[in-house]
Amino acid sequence: MSGSNNGNSQNGNGYRIIGSRPVRHDGVDKVTGRALYGADLRLSDCLHGKVLRSPHAHARILSIDTSEALASPGVKAVITSADYPETESKIIDLGEGPAILKDLRANLLADGKVLYKGHPIAAVAATDPFLAREATKKIKVEYEVLKPVLHINDAMAEGSPLLHEDLHTDSLGKKSDKPSNVAKHLRFEIGDIDKGFAEADEIFEREFDTAMVHQGYIEPHNATALWNADGHLTIWSSTQGAFSVRAQTAGILNIPESSIKAVPMEIGGGFGGKIPVYLEPIAAMLSKETGKAVKMTMDRDEVFESTGPTPGSVIKVKIGVKKNGKITAADASLAYEAGAFQGSPVNCGMMCIFAPYDIEHVRVDGYDVLVNKPKTAAYRAPGATNASMASETVIDEIARWASLDPIELRKLNAAKEGTVRADGLAYPRIGYVETLEACESHEHYKAPKEGSFRGRGVASGFWFNCGFKSSVTVSVEKDGTVRLIEGSTDIGGTRTSLAMQLAEILGIEAEDVRPMVVDTDSVGYTDITGGSRVTFATGLAVIEAGKKVQQEMARRAAQLWEVDASDVEVELDVYRSKSDSSKSITFKELAGSLDETGGALSEQASVSPQGVGGGFGTHIVDVEVDPDTGKVQVLRYTAAQDVGKAIHPSYVEGQIQGGAVQGIGWAIYEGYHYNEDGHMTNANFLDYRMPTTLDLPMIDTILVEVPNPGHPFGVRGVGEVPIVPPCAALANAIYDAIGIRLRELPMNSTRVLKALLKEKGALPQGVEA
Amino acid sequence: MDAFDYFAPDNLSEALTLLATPNKTSRPLAGGTDLIVQLRETGLKCDQVIDLKNLAELTQFQSEGGKGWTIGAAVPCSEIYENAEFASQYPGIIDAASLIGGIQIQNRASFGGNLCNASPAADAIPALIAHSVTCQVASKSGTREVNVEDFCQSPGKTVLSEGEILVSLKLPATPKRFGAAYQRFIPRNEMDIAVAGAGSSVVLSEDGKTIESLRVGLGAVAPTPLLVQEISDKLKGKEVDSATFEQAAEIARSYANPISDTRGEDWQRVHLAGVLTQRTLQIACERAQAAL
Repeated sequence: MSGSNNGNSQNGNGYRIIGSRPVRHDGVDKVTGRALYGADLRLSDCLHGKVLRSPHAHARILSIDTSEALASPGVKAVITSADYPETESKIIDLGEGPAILKDLRANLLADGKVLYKGHPIAAVAATDPFLAREATKKIKVEYEVLKPVLHINDAMAEGSPLLHEDLHTDSLGKKSDKPSNVAKHLRFEIGDIDKGFAEADEIFEREFDTAMVHQGYIEPHNATALWNADGHLTIWSSTQGAFSVRAQTAGILNIPESSIKAVPMEIGGGFGGKIPVYLEPIAAMLSKETGKAVKMTMDRDEVFESTGPTPGSVIKVKIGVKKNGKITAADASLAYEAGAFQGSPVNCGMMCIFAPYDIEHVRVDGYDVLVNKPKTAAYRAPGATNASMASETVIDEIARWASLDPIELRKLNAAKEGTVRADGLAYPRIGYVETLEACESHEHYKAPKEGSFRGRGVASGFWFNCGFKSSVTVSVEKDGTVRLIEGSTDIGGTRTSLAMQLAEILGIEAEDVRPMVVDTDSVGYTDITGGSRVTFATGLAVIEAGKKVQQEMARRAAQLWEVDASDVEVELDVYRSKSDSSKSITFKELAGSLDETGGALSEQASVSPQGVGGGFGTHIVDVEVDPDTGKVQVLRYTAAQDVGKAIHPSYVEGQIQGGAVQGIGWAIYEGYHYNEDGHMTNANFLDYRMPTTLDLPMIDTILVEVPNPGHPFGVRGVGEVPIVPPCAALANAIYDAIGIRLRELPMNSTRVLKALLKEKGALPQGVEA
Repeated sequence: MDAFDYFAPDNLSEALTLLATPNKTSRPLAGGTDLIVQLRETGLKCDQVIDLKNLAELTQFQSEGGKGWTIGAAVPCSEIYENAEFASQYPGIIDAASLIGGIQIQNRASFGGNLCNASPAADAIPALIAHSVTCQVASKSGTREVNVEDFCQSPGKTVLSEGEILVSLKLPATPKRFGAAYQRFIPRNEMDIAVAGAGSSVVLSEDGKTIESLRVGLGAVAPTPLLVQEISDKLKGKEVDSATFEQAAEIARSYANPISDTRGEDWQRVHLAGVLTQRTLQIACERAQAAL
């Protein structure tokens, strides 16, 4: 590997490494298939675990009889929630939101009630996975089947069946008297909403309904656990946070975190869905029971039915506007599916729904609603895409009403430095307007629209990004290369984006840094990979550790030359004596002299940074609608995003393309299908339709760089923003193509065809409009 | 998946004997693109799998010297569409063979398997109906012929009785001024099962302006793929124009009797049966006219 450095001038701002495009450090392992994923793990004398899952969406468990399963061939252990150790209820911080331990436990192994189809009830360990699966069929469970609650409107209705008889609504801080399926009612408010609407010339009030969707990572969940005779537990799994695996497992099993070593295996996609644990504590309990390692892997239907998708939602938006296009007030109500246990990302949706706009009077209400579906988890800017679908299509309507170009209208109302968001935060320097300007001047936006049933749509989106805690260790090798030990599992090319920041600081090449994601015993505490935080926050730890290394290297040079440390100056990788210009040594040479100057050199840094930079994106999309079939074909796509500073532009482009593609899937193909019994009818990749390469155009990207003042290189998180605008951009493009506003997701061919036929008055009799 | 015995006989009579093993459930295997998935994932159980890919009768693919072609039941899709001579004569079949699965699947999946799987949404069958294909069936007690439109009886069920296998497909020679096409509707551009499908064929008059005869087969709109005989009866002799195509669509819609499921709704499938009938008839006519 060589040639990482594209030269100073190309990178701008005088950076050597930042902004160049070196080959990724984990690239060879990935393309040769040698990277080790959880399913590749082969421990000797390992048992295999399988889970018995509920065939009902909502039922009381009357009895469980595991005796026949236990007597089945090859079976070594069977566990249920009765085998959990006693524990007091508490809250565990997952990194991207807290989880209630009691819920986490009941989600892993049902306790008294099953709350969704696929809800785990029991687990079996056997000598091979097929015997384990066969044995799960011999577990006898008696149910009292209850009516499932499948839609937010039904869940919120008076007299709805209750998922949890002891759940009372926490409404703006007060508990409701009666139990309910609504766990929380939250509100953000600034200004005077009535005054704002009184000032408006026109008010737009619209309602939206979006389907539950899954992250669709290609690698199913897996975990292997070995509970050693000395009481130490080792867990290998596919996770976005090894320390979070440790914390969740320790909480669920009521053992000290320090007794667990969590080893993050290579990860085949997560997008937020691999933050909660599903298998790790079960594998651990089975291992404890049997004294052997236990390996568990999910099948695809288990991933769909029993892990954490992102919620469907019902959103109402009301926006008041002056004739000149200036928005006077905005009001929204967001009800999000939490799934079977509370904790939807509705609060995030509330923060993001009007985030791109400077509006004086804003009110946003949020409802966290339980339904008999899997407990939702984070998915790439969780909650923001639903919200943006609602607000950004109304913005498009307003632009048409005001006879303004949709980008013009957005510029007129755009949030800037100092704008106060609905949740009360005032923005630091942001780059929203710059994304609008980049789109406006882009060739795509200027290109004429040709052909019938073709349309163009624009939409913007925001994600706030996260900071959290990170630790790294940097060690210098005698040959002048550097080991970078970190705890941030790499789902987006962060090994390389971190190595590049270290190389920039130390004046060496990116290839001279060897980044490694290690287990929880081998690095300081590090929060999850989520909230688009790793290149930013772990990057700050890398910079701090790098500076310490540089300082120590300077001290070693001083020792070598027998001068005072203050006499040594550093430029890139060259260390010089200020007083004696004949004395100079490179980083590599100095590394070779470490033994003579005090031995090994290793520095550590742990950070918990503020100064997170939120990100904005604006997307343009062209579509063609087949008027006979309702099929929407995406013809062209351009995404502009304020990325702060692109450390490795190829990976930033990749993030934007990936986010846009997932958003396109969400917009026009994907969605959980449920029958009336609450059974998902498309729990496979054939019928849960994600876009294939043949459904997509090249996604063009525009990297807008407005540096984040909270990071020395200006880094903003980039991974989540790009999934926010696509649904609304597609909805606006479809409107442009066929003149019909679709306010339900997905806008699949069935829905588009129905809308077209309805418009023509040709909807067959008996078909619900 | 449970363990099963695997046999790969090299002559037809041995295969038929194995299939008729008393007290054992047997499943014939061609490309396995349905069978292996069903064994692994959908709980299908059998005692023995009989691989038919070593049998000359099932792997033959040849021209019968002006009397049409024979395609063995285990011949994979890619072998069919890569044969240029065949492709020039059977365009509807080529359409179907080219869109079943991806290239790896096409290297295994056979038309025989597609028929025997008897999915209402099978892509090959409406095209085979359009091309007036007959099925050659064999058992230990002899052979028989079945028209392709009569081969499937209900979802997953065919006319084959125990001990019988589908050996090959007989394709009549295509007349002059013949054209055919198959299309399906899927929400994506790949990786989907037909929400609806239609295969059409026409024989045009010498001036290319009149339809002398035509056949339309529909998929995914009834428990089995359908031949819409009424289109053949009512529209022969009509002009090649949009009014004729629209009439065909209307008749097709009236024969569509689909279900709603996770892949599509009943009214949508009825509507699409009309759209695809119209579109495939038009392409079939264009292809016939191009050959004038």
